[in-house]
Amino acid sequence: MIETAAIFAFVCFALSLLMNLWKVVSAEDVADRILALDTMFINAIALMVLYGLALGTEIFFEAAMIIAMLGFVSTVAYARFMLRGNIIE
Amino acid sequence: MELFFDIVIAGFLVIGGVFGIVGSFGLLKLNDRMSRLHAPTKATTLGVGGVLLASMTHAAVHEHHLSVHELMITLFLFLTAPITANFIAKVHIHRHDTPDSLPDAGEDKIWATHKKPENEVIGPEV
Repeated sequence: MIETAAIFAFVCFALSLLMNLWKVVSAEDVADRILALDTMFINAIALMVLYGLALGTEIFFEAAMIIAMLGFVSTVAYARFMLRGNIIE
Repeated sequence: MELFFDIVIAGFLVIGGVFGIVGSFGLLKLNDRMSRLHAPTKATTLGVGGVLLASMTHAAVHEHHLSVHELMITLFLFLTAPITANFIAKVHIHRHDTPDSLPDAGEDKIWATHKKPENEVIGPEV
């Protein structure tokens, strides 16, 4: 039963990543593109945790943590650049 | 008892997957710029939360140890998602609204995205 549910969740998050990729390509504005990229980061974290659950290893949690931090920092830096023209004033 | 926890884990996984796909579909489907912010920042974060709960329950039931890595990821994501949403909303306001089209800012006189930093030096300092 867990295997079936895990496969369902895998399919859901893979489809989400594809939809986000489509949004990144077709966005009409740079802010939309930042938003779609941020969503891709979150979905990638979910996929990594799912993969760790399916394999029964813990090594993916560190990778997911690093991706979470990098995603947050890069999104804030890009938004900051859009707002002020530079990142560190 | 094992079967009960299996049902709980499978339920968390299904709920997480549904929330994740709803969030991304909302990002594609919603028309307004500002309402498009809702789908990924709320629904997708809940989707990740469901997957992390499933992972914690799985570690506790099947591998017989308490896993706190997921708690760290959950805490970090739930702290940072509102901050990124706030920044992206600020970018929307900054790029698409003028000080005239925004409502009155009240005490602050002017919206923060249109306020120039104080003591700004333009060009190289002599």
